[in-house]
Amino acid sequence: MDLLNNLALGFGAAFTAQNLLCAFFGSVLGTLIGVLPGLGPVATIAMLLPSIYSLDATPALIMLATVYCGARHGHARATVAAAGLGSFFAGSVGALVLAICSPPLVALAFQFGPAEYFSLTVLVLIGTVVLGSGSLIKAIAMMVLGLLLGQLNSDLAAAVPRFSFQLPELSRGVGFVSMVVGMFGLGRIVIQLGMPAQARDRLTQDLRGAWPTLEDIQAITPAVIRGTALGSVLGVLPGGGVLLASFAADSVEKRAPPGEVTWGIDHGRAVAGHESANAAALQTSFVPLLTLGLPTNVVMALILGAMTIKGIEPGPQLMAANPQLFWGLIASMSLGQLILLALNLPPIGLWRRLLAVPYRWLFPGVTVVCCIGLYTLDQSGVGIYLGAFFALVGYVFHKLGCEPAPLLLGYLLGPMLEQHLQHALQLSSGDWGTFVAHPLSAGLLVAAALLAVLAILPSIRARRELAFQEQG
Amino acid sequence: MKIKSQRDFWSGLMFIVIGIAFAWGSTAANFGASPRLGAAYFPFGLAILLALLGALVLFKSLTIEADGGDPIGAWAWRPLLIIIAAVALFGWAISHLGLFIALPLLVTGSALAGNEFRWKDALINCMVLTLGSWATFVWRLKLAIPLWPTFLST
Repeated sequence: MDLLNNLALGFGAAFTAQNLLCAFFGSVLGTLIGVLPGLGPVATIAMLLPSIYSLDATPALIMLATVYCGARHGHARATVAAAGLGSFFAGSVGALVLAICSPPLVALAFQFGPAEYFSLTVLVLIGTVVLGSGSLIKAIAMMVLGLLLGQLNSDLAAAVPRFSFQLPELSRGVGFVSMVVGMFGLGRIVIQLGMPAQARDRLTQDLRGAWPTLEDIQAITPAVIRGTALGSVLGVLPGGGVLLASFAADSVEKRAPPGEVTWGIDHGRAVAGHESANAAALQTSFVPLLTLGLPTNVVMALILGAMTIKGIEPGPQLMAANPQLFWGLIASMSLGQLILLALNLPPIGLWRRLLAVPYRWLFPGVTVVCCIGLYTLDQSGVGIYLGAFFALVGYVFHKLGCEPAPLLLGYLLGPMLEQHLQHALQLSSGDWGTFVAHPLSAGLLVAAALLAVLAILPSIRARRELAFQEQG
Repeated sequence: MKIKSQRDFWSGLMFIVIGIAFAWGSTAANFGASPRLGAAYFPFGLAILLALLGALVLFKSLTIEADGGDPIGAWAWRPLLIIIAAVALFGWAISHLGLFIALPLLVTGSALAGNEFRWKDALINCMVLTLGSWATFVWRLKLAIPLWPTFLST
């Protein structure tokens, strides 16, 4: 069977000493930062970006992916030990879905022409904005700003520098790593320090040091299966993906027949459903990135950036051109689930309690890692100065209530969008009708338009804002 | 006219200014006709779109009531300026003074940005982070980072 061959190849790649070490290190680091206050997966991956220059592509991506999985696990409200088992199950199923769904999607993607790609990119961008958080118009504006910043590099065809402002450093494009480290690493520190300490050090992990009983497991099993199914499907969608899946699971569990269970188990069931949906969606949110080269949230955007740094061209050809990396990454994420399960087993899971480090001990270390990373980029101060500038930019965006996530996606997808637009118009000799003439492209554009219209409808907008308030 | 949402007002203004700046900057490149798009075509369109969206945000901020005026809130000037200054100083110091001086400067400097600064804590943090960074980045990962001031190493 093809799938088995592919997975065997993947596990063969994952079981080298370096890749195993990276998966383990990533899982531990991810769990750590999920527990530590004031750090999130985005900030951590941003901090790690410069250091992947010294790694090969496969271990570098394995490390980033497992950090992301670990951070979610560490952050999980692990009030119920059994929820960890649910997460493990859901994550493994999610990885399997990723492995099964990718080949047919890749085959489909090879049928795409530039017009289809253009429309698909538009759909992903709009979907991200609609399903992302915050004000809709501001999110679209941030995305357009990101598209513009992506223009700061040379025109692809003509290789003419645009907007270089007479600075030679800028003609190579605003440094992606400086921007990410500045906004998501250094900028976050300023944001955190501007908050009152109580809001920051919210280390209220109620860890229960007991093994789950058979009844616990029986009680949560239906919720885990429902959450896994929801998460696997919703995770593929652009934008919310992970977030959306947890909301859906929450509302399903609220409505599910309570049966004759006490509140405690009922609560455990809700947590298990939430966590399973989350874990499954996290795995399947890799599907669009790995098969189409389209990131659907900030973390995927960062991983796409890491691929570009390592000279790997994301897109449908990735699976054929680099099977070691493709299947190795999937296999490592399933291995990561096992490592995470072991790290979070009740007696061992208590080690996380030792990590109640106050933020004032932590943030100087974050600046150190950010700054050294920025210095090693080009062995000069320019990357660091750019990082400092983007820390300021990130803080201003935060104060004005502008989400930086759409900006990053726009920045990464902008050059692709322009390339597809130019190719499509060349093929059709300048006829803009080409985007509607191809049925698939037209369908994607209609879907994008529908999403945009739906988001503007008052009833849905109210619910959308409510959802983000609950989450925030 | 009364501003009903401070945050939206200023972000709308920001988008308009950036949009106009990019539109103005892109006119320097050539436009090209529709079949072969010139370098300026895509950015110019985007810049205009950004300015329009900014205008929309601005318009909303003046017409639609937001909770309590949606204020921007107090700026955390102290951490903002100290962190940026400490990072910029490190950018200069790392290539002139080397890791063993630049890093303690960065750690102490950024620690000052917090509201509970203690010399003892800062010194411990300096030692741990400097030795840790040296061990990780220079000794293990073998990154080329100057360790001592340039006038000593020559």
